[in-house]
Amino acid sequence: MLIKNRIASDVSGSEITPKTVFDNRRAFLKTAALTGIGLAAAGLPSLPAYAARTPFSGVQKTQWTAKSMPENDPLNTYEDITSYNNFYEFGTGKRDPQENAQDFKPLPWEITVDGACAKPGKISFEDLTKPHALEERVYRHRCVEAWSMVIPWVGIPLAAVLKRFEPTADAKYVAFETLMDLERMPGQRQRVLNWPYKEGLRMDEAMHPLSILAVGLYGEVMPNQNGAPVRLVTPWKYGFKGIKSIVRIKFQSEMPATSWNEAASREYGFYSNVNPAVTHPRWSQETERRIGELFKRKTLPFNGYAEEVAGLYQGMDLRKWF
Amino acid sequence: MAVDGALNGVPAAEQARPARKTKRDPVTWIVKPVVWVLCLAPLAWLGWLVADTLLFHGRGLTANPVEFINRFLGDWALRFLLIALAVTPVKVLTGWKQAVRLRRLLGLFAFFYVVLHISSYVGLDQFFNWSAIWKDIIKRWYITVGMVAVLCLIPLAVTSTKGWIKRIGGKNWNRLHKAVYIAGAAACLHFIMMRKGLQVEPLIYAGVFAALMLIRTIEPIRRRFRARPAA
Repeated sequence: MLIKNRIASDVSGSEITPKTVFDNRRAFLKTAALTGIGLAAAGLPSLPAYAARTPFSGVQKTQWTAKSMPENDPLNTYEDITSYNNFYEFGTGKRDPQENAQDFKPLPWEITVDGACAKPGKISFEDLTKPHALEERVYRHRCVEAWSMVIPWVGIPLAAVLKRFEPTADAKYVAFETLMDLERMPGQRQRVLNWPYKEGLRMDEAMHPLSILAVGLYGEVMPNQNGAPVRLVTPWKYGFKGIKSIVRIKFQSEMPATSWNEAASREYGFYSNVNPAVTHPRWSQETERRIGELFKRKTLPFNGYAEEVAGLYQGMDLRKWF
Repeated sequence: MAVDGALNGVPAAEQARPARKTKRDPVTWIVKPVVWVLCLAPLAWLGWLVADTLLFHGRGLTANPVEFINRFLGDWALRFLLIALAVTPVKVLTGWKQAVRLRRLLGLFAFFYVVLHISSYVGLDQFFNWSAIWKDIIKRWYITVGMVAVLCLIPLAVTSTKGWIKRIGGKNWNRLHKAVYIAGAAACLHFIMMRKGLQVEPLIYAGVFAALMLIRTIEPIRRRFRARPAA
């Protein structure tokens, strides 16, 4: 539990812009931005729908910036990040999500929070995110398919969100679910996986400062194909742990079932930490191809975040708990 | 993957022969050139996508060009293998006996795309890292199965000439070329195993392969029944 000590230079509550005013300003900016884009789009009828992009205002810089990344980890382009996606709810091809998610309307969005917590209930996307400052988090993203990217997410710390629901002592794990909707997510008509998509974290993993709920990238609202409106990002784990378009968060005492583990338990474990020492039946995990590069590079333990997260797994045999 | 000469144990004399071996034989002078062009079209398309990417920053090769090229070539290797395997079923269903004269051509094009597929895996994807390639082959079942298909196809491509039919004899040659069925099954399995989860697309290919095999199996039985005089 994080205890905050007030110091003299802290901004007191009364100095902060009243929330209603703040919200009104935001709403105004949003409307203005949307109107602008709407007008622009009307003038350019050939513009594809997914090109409509909405910037956030007031995204805060964190310690995880593009500059804090090693020199050989430059950002991937917006184009790469939004045109090469694994989001089987919109088709199994890498370019399918960009195409098939164009007409997906994420808002209004409601998330059900239940299980072992003092304040369960249904909460809108806006109410979920509003109390938190948006943060930029530049993270490496390592897919289990041995490719990787560097992505500037916009998000909020998962820990801060989860604490609001006051998880009880029974909350050893947190489970997530993606929207199940055959109309809006046409890829679900094929039973590639046992829909809805399910993922989960151990409570200490979820509370780790690296874990975020991402609501955008490149300072803009999350593109549909990347998991709009809200998705999980845990950069030391393989990409499929980052469940997209979340509609349910459940606290529980037992380890949650996860979709890929259900589909092939020999290939995908619950933890799925990036680990070059544990080979996968389909892909050697020793190396990876960074999107935009021709030659493969060596994969780092915990995707290069070992310093931050290795402590979570002390004493665990990571070959067994892959 | 067979040759104009001897097919399925039927002596060459009973096989479909050019209507007339003149310059006006339509299979030689029209059908084969058209098939050649069609068979090269996917490669030409890939060449265009590569040129477009390099010269004009086109995005046709996706964000991961190596993966795209490798899968594109693999897709077409499998498609041509199925097309070559469809020659006999087409002959059975349509009665167009001249179809068998396209079999060697189609079979060798299938092999051509298989070689390109492997080359892109070895040269582009693994960049001649032989130890990584060997590990892939022994550790990853879908690659092992793919290699089985390739090993089946190599002798067939080598012995695809008339000279080889004579050298090993028509019967042995036919027996050897049955290996194409193993290659077809292995190639379909390779595709199914390669995809994550149980996806529809590879199952469609496997279904086509199964249908082609079924037609082959049923036809001789049907013919035997028909040949018997009614009691």
